[in-house]
Amino acid sequence: MATENKTGNKTGPAALRTPLYDLHVAQGGRMVDFAGYALPVQYGGIIAEHEQARSRAALFDVSHMGQARIVGARAAEALESLVPGDIAGLGAGRMRYTQLTDDNGGIRDDLMVTRLAGDASGDALAIVVNAACKDDDFAYLGAALAGWDCSLEIDESAALLAFQGPEAAAVLEAAIPGADGLAFLQGDCFDWRGVPLWISRSGYTGEDGFEISLPAHHAAALAEALLACDGVAPAGLGARDSLRLEAGLCLYGHDIDLTTTPVEAGLAWSIGKRRRAEGGFPGDGTILDQLRNGPTRRRIGLRLEGRAPAREGAEICNADGAPVGRVTSGGFGPTVGGPVAMGYVAAGHAAPGTPLALTVRGRALPARVACLPFIAPGYRR
Amino acid sequence: MPTTYFSEDHEWIAVDGDTGTVGITDYAQEQLGDVVFVELPEIGRTVIKGDDMAVVESVKAASEVYAPVGGEVVAVNEALEDNPAAVNEDAEGEGWFVRLKLADAAELEDLMDAAAYAAFAESQG
Repeated sequence: MATENKTGNKTGPAALRTPLYDLHVAQGGRMVDFAGYALPVQYGGIIAEHEQARSRAALFDVSHMGQARIVGARAAEALESLVPGDIAGLGAGRMRYTQLTDDNGGIRDDLMVTRLAGDASGDALAIVVNAACKDDDFAYLGAALAGWDCSLEIDESAALLAFQGPEAAAVLEAAIPGADGLAFLQGDCFDWRGVPLWISRSGYTGEDGFEISLPAHHAAALAEALLACDGVAPAGLGARDSLRLEAGLCLYGHDIDLTTTPVEAGLAWSIGKRRRAEGGFPGDGTILDQLRNGPTRRRIGLRLEGRAPAREGAEICNADGAPVGRVTSGGFGPTVGGPVAMGYVAAGHAAPGTPLALTVRGRALPARVACLPFIAPGYRR
Repeated sequence: MPTTYFSEDHEWIAVDGDTGTVGITDYAQEQLGDVVFVELPEIGRTVIKGDDMAVVESVKAASEVYAPVGGEVVAVNEALEDNPAAVNEDAEGEGWFVRLKLADAAELEDLMDAAAYAAFAESQG
């Protein structure tokens, strides 16, 4: 038997450790190398952890992600020069998904941006970027923001926990009164036993949930306290991937990268009305043209008719067997109860219900274009 | 009473007379995690030792299953189509993959016994 494991290889001695490393090992986590960090791919099993997040509450360690602040009087304006999202229109404590684009309209990375409450010295934005991109992102942002008299403050001393699932809100409210008062994509400061927390109502699972940023040396204590609550269990990278796939959320480096634009990727909803009118971000020519005239290819969801999954890289063919695209993420959807995938196809094949075939080990597996997300999201709006 | 042999690729084969039942080891299923799909060969196919004979898909990855010895596929475990999780629950029993009519019993000599395989799996970490 030989396994190709895209989730990560066994950890080498060089792998970085998050503040929760010892807790993962103590909880029986199977540690793998992900973006240079030793992280648990699973504890007991991916399907059980996936169901935990869909039905109760699951705790994920996402401390490998890059956390930073952009500080300066013109912080929003400065970031808007690099992303197509409406940052200036964000109210204090409000959070938004956007992308760092390049001059071709490709995606350098995707990120969450939160406007912190400004003070007399000006504006401040908090950003969270992908682990695999963070060094490049921070170098790029640092250089670009200097021209706007803004500084990038990288926060390497903060851990980040994702607490996801329909029971997460009640558990968190009991531990940290007021947390359940947050609206979807809203964040605020909280105090837990004297530890300052930044909590936002956000996540990457398609469920209601929270992300909690806190000083690294307090992260294990908070994680242990949450895990001790009824209905809470830890979940690893495997479940994080299957959850986000069912939720139709893009994974950078797979579903989106420098060769895909936000419009092709179906992320046009994240481009604000004012930004569409004004442009002023890298690749705006291409992106605004695609918004007006439609892209030549689109990201789609795919439901396979059989039980065999199609993985990243599988060719997508039309009903006549001619290639029309490629799978960018694929696997088994535990909540769907069958194989699901996402990929790009020529725009004429993107309508929901279109019959297509995915080539797996030389065989054509029948599939149909499906609406994304594959599951009904549990976001508490 | 069949005799069970093990390969370095984490297959087992339980040999009874001139046929052997093949599956993946308990260690292998543990490494794979939740099995969600198994692709089995056609009955009647002839395989040589080391051929890709079947595919086992977990939530996160697809893995090839190799023929530990050569032979003809005389039966496949069709129950895995509807219940691939049997590979997790009972890898070295109900979760078997194929039954082979052995081409050359001498090929079994290259395989390990249970004790040698246990030590080998241990060394894989």
